[in-house]
Amino acid sequence: MIKAFVVGGLICTIGQILIDKTRLTPAKILVIFVIIGCILSALGLYEPLVNFAGAGATVPITGFGHSLVKGVINEIDREGFIGIFTGGVKATAAGISASIVFSILVSFIANSKDK
Amino acid sequence: MTQMSKKEYEHMVKIFSPNSPVLTNCIKAFFVGGCICVFGELISKYLIYLGISEDVKSLLTVIILIFCGVCLTGFNIYSKFGRFAGAGSMIPITGFANAIASSAIEFKKEGYIIGIGTKLFSLAGPVLAYGVFSSFVVGIIYYISKII
Repeated sequence: MIKAFVVGGLICTIGQILIDKTRLTPAKILVIFVIIGCILSALGLYEPLVNFAGAGATVPITGFGHSLVKGVINEIDREGFIGIFTGGVKATAAGISASIVFSILVSFIANSKDK
Repeated sequence: MTQMSKKEYEHMVKIFSPNSPVLTNCIKAFFVGGCICVFGELISKYLIYLGISEDVKSLLTVIILIFCGVCLTGFNIYSKFGRFAGAGSMIPITGFANAIASSAIEFKKEGYIIGIGTKLFSLAGPVLAYGVFSSFVVGIIYYISKII
């Protein structure tokens, strides 16, 4: 639990430093984080972090990149070439679908505060 | 003791001085980000306790966190929370959910198809696009290295 807190907190702190110290917009920072997650996962460095910190490594957006790459690699091992196209989105389908479905439902109900 | 130049020292003082917004922002981001991850860890521990399998557990944890993020966005709590926590609320997956839900709510007035449908991914789209693209690049490299 403490490991999840510290690792998750540190990943967010890196993001905060990037916001404060550079002129990068939040969207760019999120893209950078996802790509870093993909690269670390491809190098086999992210999985040990997940084993160490659990949700501390999977909940930040870098974990999304990790899931994509892990999905692609597993699917290539299982299905061959087609896995390059199917693996990533398959592994993250739950997250993507949930965000779309819940967001649409909420947008039907909620109204924008600033009119 | 490590030696540091005057310039470096001034820089350090600037960072660690109590009024530095960077330091307080980082502490807030660390604390809030850490708490969200602990919340995720608690959900996944509880799901294991309920006897849910490893694969389903991690997916369900993500779904629950996204649900929470979207609901807080709907009640207009997440944006207030975001002003306090900065990256601490942006980097976790709840921030991704917030980005999608807030775009959907904001552009509702432009209609259900053009407003919500088109603008849903105006903030979160780049993450999805470049995430999928990077994983594709890794996949190609992995596939080629595998057949060689």
